[in-house]
Amino acid sequence: MTISTTGAGPTGRAGVAVQLLDLHRSYGAVHALDGLTLELAPGELVALLGPSGCGKTTALRALAGLDDPDTGRIVVDGRDLTNVSANHRDMGMVFQAYSLFPNMTARDNVAYGLRLRGVDTQSRRRRADEMLELVGLSAQGGRYPYQLSGGQQQRIALARALAIQPKVLLLDEPLSALDAKVRRNLREEIRRIQIAIGTTTLFVTHDQEEALALGDRVGVMAAGRLEQIAPPAELYDRPATAFVAEFVGLTNRLEGTVSDGTIELVGQRIPLLAGSAGPGRVTALVRPESVRLAPEAGATSHVIAVSFLGSLCRVQVALPDGALVVAQTSAAEGTAMSPGTAVRVTIDPSPIFATPA
Amino acid sequence: MTTRGQRRLSVTRWAIVIVVGGYLLLPLIAMAEFSTRGDFGSRSLDSWIAITEDPNLVEAIITTLAIAALTAVGMLVLLVPTITWTYLRAPRLKRPVEFLCLLPIAIPAIVLVVGIVPIYSILTRATRGNPLVLVFIDIILVLPYAHRAIDAGLRSIDVATLAEAARSLGAGWPRVMFQIIAPNLRGAILAAAVISIALVLGEFTISSLLNYDTLQVVINLLGKRDAFVAVAVSLAALIFAFVLIFGIALVAGGGRRRTKETIEEAVVS
Repeated sequence: MTISTTGAGPTGRAGVAVQLLDLHRSYGAVHALDGLTLELAPGELVALLGPSGCGKTTALRALAGLDDPDTGRIVVDGRDLTNVSANHRDMGMVFQAYSLFPNMTARDNVAYGLRLRGVDTQSRRRRADEMLELVGLSAQGGRYPYQLSGGQQQRIALARALAIQPKVLLLDEPLSALDAKVRRNLREEIRRIQIAIGTTTLFVTHDQEEALALGDRVGVMAAGRLEQIAPPAELYDRPATAFVAEFVGLTNRLEGTVSDGTIELVGQRIPLLAGSAGPGRVTALVRPESVRLAPEAGATSHVIAVSFLGSLCRVQVALPDGALVVAQTSAAEGTAMSPGTAVRVTIDPSPIFATPA
Repeated sequence: MTTRGQRRLSVTRWAIVIVVGGYLLLPLIAMAEFSTRGDFGSRSLDSWIAITEDPNLVEAIITTLAIAALTAVGMLVLLVPTITWTYLRAPRLKRPVEFLCLLPIAIPAIVLVVGIVPIYSILTRATRGNPLVLVFIDIILVLPYAHRAIDAGLRSIDVATLAEAARSLGAGWPRVMFQIIAPNLRGAILAAAVISIALVLGEFTISSLLNYDTLQVVINLLGKRDAFVAVAVSLAALIFAFVLIFGIALVAGGGRRRTKETIEEAVVS
């Protein structure tokens, strides 16, 4: 879903379109960006996902003006910002490391960008208080960063970035340093605030759960290029490349033979996604939730292990040819099985991706 | 740990404090005793009063304080932006800058003087022998110690992220330096300044070889004429340096205490 913002939210500014056009950036022999092109619609939240060193942070820093691309263009709201310095780009940024100014209170931190813009004391205090209220930290305005927890500091950093009514909000792995519970809460809060204010947002993360939960669209990067960008469900169900299929979600690798656009796996014929390898021997990438297990006396596959994960279970099964496959089942189904249980394995007939064997 | 073990540890601690304290304080007490000796075993403050009555000494004190202050300011103006820049924009220059700053510690003062005499002969003529020109060489002398203090301060904060955060909010480099970096380096800047002042107050060799009458040079001359006044001045200079150092320790210590308390408060809440 792409959010189209027709009116300004609490930041008083509607989202703008952002274009990164054919960006290249090299550090010696390393190509951090290798022809990256990425477009964000007004008010959209795009999550850039990828492994370490794939160039996602370089892309965000290039957009912020903190890193200069070797070639390519950056266009925001129709204006070419490629050669505009960071302090004139009008972008709000939240960093992975806690970046609050230690010598200022939370309120002064939030108001700092307004102070630089010559906003009078009363107005910037009012605005800072509004932003603190938006992130739920009105009572902490007078505290210094060292008096705040990590989650509170990142909320204040978010308020500080939003206070200047930025054209674009840039989030550089802002949740990475937080513990799991705070992380989940803050993730939901970021989404709530982003929807409320409608600011175009680029969110960089290496955590696929975070990317899938937050993004209107998720872009997967590898080796400085965008492998695929799509809404989360599409990215998960219909990966365009083997890298995306393997990087997003858990994947079983099963060998099979392709003919007539289908692959034979565990005695079934499954359709293949466009871009898959074949014909001949290939490796199919099968999601654990696509694997079905049915306990059956005399079946030739056997349960190896059952992992209980709360509301669901992951069951590892040995196929007759010795290959291992992981199935995701409900907790009730999973706990009914134990190592050694004979099971019949089937796979959902929805299209899957296959790579050369 | 048992009560007996704790008592033994406590006794050891106090023994160390007394031995170290005695080692440091005894010479000072001896100086105080010597400088207040009067006739026939009486106590007298004549030597201390003489400090204010000797015009050469008063001039030397004022000159040395001015040199110390200017050296501290000059060192900060030179070093803080330079080291900060190596952190922000030129990390590869960190090592070379550190090496350059450490050089004065490895070069004997006499070698430095031989090297700078040609320049100083020009400076001395140009300034008609104004001793404030010593500021230039003193800045070089304090570089190793001041560099350490400022470098440690910069290591203690995430200077790159703070600068980038300020830049993204619209701050130009001057504002980043004065509104973000410098306030967060307060302790390091004060420490570097105090070390510089203390070093300049105690500097003798170069001033003497270049024929400038700074405090230590005048104390040396006085020592040959009146040992009591020389010791009184030395003690006064030491006390002044101690007061400075304790001042900075108090300011920095207050900040640390507050940090610890508030971190505990944040954890509890």
